[in-house]
Amino acid sequence: MIFGPPRRIESWGRVVRPLQEIAQPSFREQLPRLMDARNKQSVLPTGLHRSYGDSNLNTSGRLIDMSRLDRVIAFDVENGILRAEAGLSLGDVLRLTVPYGWFLKTTPGTRFVSLGGAVANDVHGKNHRFTGSFGNCVRRLGLVRTDGTEYTLSPENNADLFSATIGGLGLTGAITWVEIELAPIVSSDLEVERIPFGNISDFFSLSIEAKDSHEHTVAWVDCASTGQSLGRGIFQRANWSQSGQLCPHSSATRMTVPFEAPIAPLNRITVKLFNNVYYRMQRSGAPRRMQHYASFFYPLDGIGHWNRLYGPRGLYQYQCVIPPKESHDAIEELVSQISKSGAGSFLAVLKTLGPIRSCGLISFPREGATLALDFANRGHSTLDLFARLDRVVVEAGGALYAAKDGRVPKEVFRAGYPLFEAFRELVDPAISSDFWRRVDA
Amino acid sequence: MTAVVKERRVIILGALSAIGEATAREFAAEGASIVIAGRCAERLGQVADDLTARGASHVTTWPVDFSTVEDPNVDFDRMVQQLGGSVDVVMLFYGLLGDQERAERDIAELRSIISVNFSSAAEWCVATAGLLERQNHGILVAISSVAGDRGRKSNYIYGSAKAGLTVLIEGIAHRLARGEARAVAVKLGFVDTPMTAQIQKGGVLWVKPDYVARRLLALVGRSSKPIVYIPTFWRPIMGVIRMMPASIFHRTSF
Repeated sequence: MIFGPPRRIESWGRVVRPLQEIAQPSFREQLPRLMDARNKQSVLPTGLHRSYGDSNLNTSGRLIDMSRLDRVIAFDVENGILRAEAGLSLGDVLRLTVPYGWFLKTTPGTRFVSLGGAVANDVHGKNHRFTGSFGNCVRRLGLVRTDGTEYTLSPENNADLFSATIGGLGLTGAITWVEIELAPIVSSDLEVERIPFGNISDFFSLSIEAKDSHEHTVAWVDCASTGQSLGRGIFQRANWSQSGQLCPHSSATRMTVPFEAPIAPLNRITVKLFNNVYYRMQRSGAPRRMQHYASFFYPLDGIGHWNRLYGPRGLYQYQCVIPPKESHDAIEELVSQISKSGAGSFLAVLKTLGPIRSCGLISFPREGATLALDFANRGHSTLDLFARLDRVVVEAGGALYAAKDGRVPKEVFRAGYPLFEAFRELVDPAISSDFWRRVDA
Repeated sequence: MTAVVKERRVIILGALSAIGEATAREFAAEGASIVIAGRCAERLGQVADDLTARGASHVTTWPVDFSTVEDPNVDFDRMVQQLGGSVDVVMLFYGLLGDQERAERDIAELRSIISVNFSSAAEWCVATAGLLERQNHGILVAISSVAGDRGRKSNYIYGSAKAGLTVLIEGIAHRLARGEARAVAVKLGFVDTPMTAQIQKGGVLWVKPDYVARRLLALVGRSSKPIVYIPTFWRPIMGVIRMMPASIFHRTSF
């Protein structure tokens, strides 16, 4: 098992596409040799490349693609505990567990995330208030370091390295397997309610109202409108249905974007139009309905390579979290800055996160409100807007999400992570990424 | 009256290859009883755990070195015992791409490419043919390659061994034709596996192991010709390549 010839690699945002040498191990025992620190070049273990920016790239070193390590090791159907290799995707987990009435305790907005990637980014979902982030459902995991040592980590065993590995962006070693707790479900459907709201204040009132009654809450915000309709949106709240069938999703994508659009079809005008139409459609649709988990949690997974719609220059995503006390004012300010810039965001998602803490030293999820936005890459004007948004976030004591980032200045990133220094101590010296070189410099 | 569908009994030769394992997963998902044969016992154990979790009703690991085994018939007898006396599907996946340039200088490399892809495969396939003939039931599927359709300088040693395997399976299909058992040689093109790690990948001709696995499963369920291309677009492509006059073909460098 060796590294192949350089291949063009994209992260999900497709802003940069470097040539990288990659190894794709098929069995776990191949890892120590591939990661050997004496190889002189740094390595970075990667999953399914759904991180948007440069946290899954390592242009001055090499990549170890973990996606072929996708075997189930043990599935305890009685107690809902799954141990599997790190390359297994969340979608494959669900195809296996849903028929038995088990679901992930929490899931991000795409099922094309590996277990290792879910741990390394400590991903969160729409039910953070109820379950915390992905790291909160991890019982144990296996880690291989570049000095050849192998660990089984848990909150009790090697707790420091465990805390660094949860949300540690793959920098503490290669996560080889993960053991997670699952949540029982009686149906694969959710009862979903949609409630239109007129402004950011209404969003926060709706969030408070739903905080004990609905496990899953999320809002879409129209960031393309101006004036009176600025900050309007659709609030969704949902609970698992207590009756119905247990059907896993189909693994087929309904359609795929076969090649990159030569010019971005998602431009200012279409984004504004889309947001307008989407708002009206959602407002006029049935306020209450049953929805399969795939269409509720993973609406975009049906369209393969949707990121190609942003054209040759790719897209940036901007996601921040703002502490509860500041969240109302800061989110309002962010939305108004975006609207003023005219940049427009295709899908702006606003959620509240609850008080359950993650042990991760540089984990993103924490109590507050989180806003996530897509922007077509327009070079300087996009980066200038981000710099203005950064100021709002830092002033409010918030933090940025590494999985979504491809440009954050190190001061801004570190401002959101008070345990950065403790994390740095535990980084594997022969593992690195483009993101890490930027914020560690 | 509805027929009771019995779980399929399957033998996978080369279950540690990417396509072999992907195919075993497809069989596992439908509840098959599977014998997985391959070289490394520990890796087979990992694959077996996975297949069991994915729904296989029974998995037996069969550590074996295909090239040096005394007599495949003996192995088959014991494997079939494990499956309860009969087998429905035997699939042969193992192969060695080897290093063409090295094989031109190094007799050991040349020997191993020929012996893994042809000599050893022939022994296992002929043994399978005898087994299926006695049962008068079941299908043998052997993985061959489009590389066997025309010799070209970059991989003619591997290609010739696979061409030999294709003809062997064609002959077995003829031998079995009057009974219920079948044999199929499947010619694959570019598949994204560890075997092809050193080749520059990407482009429309490449497919993933899962795709091949799904096509192989479909193949088992219906009647087909003794030689099948996966994906099917390779048939016309290779048709053109075979028809090309040597005077033109020799100017190409692929």
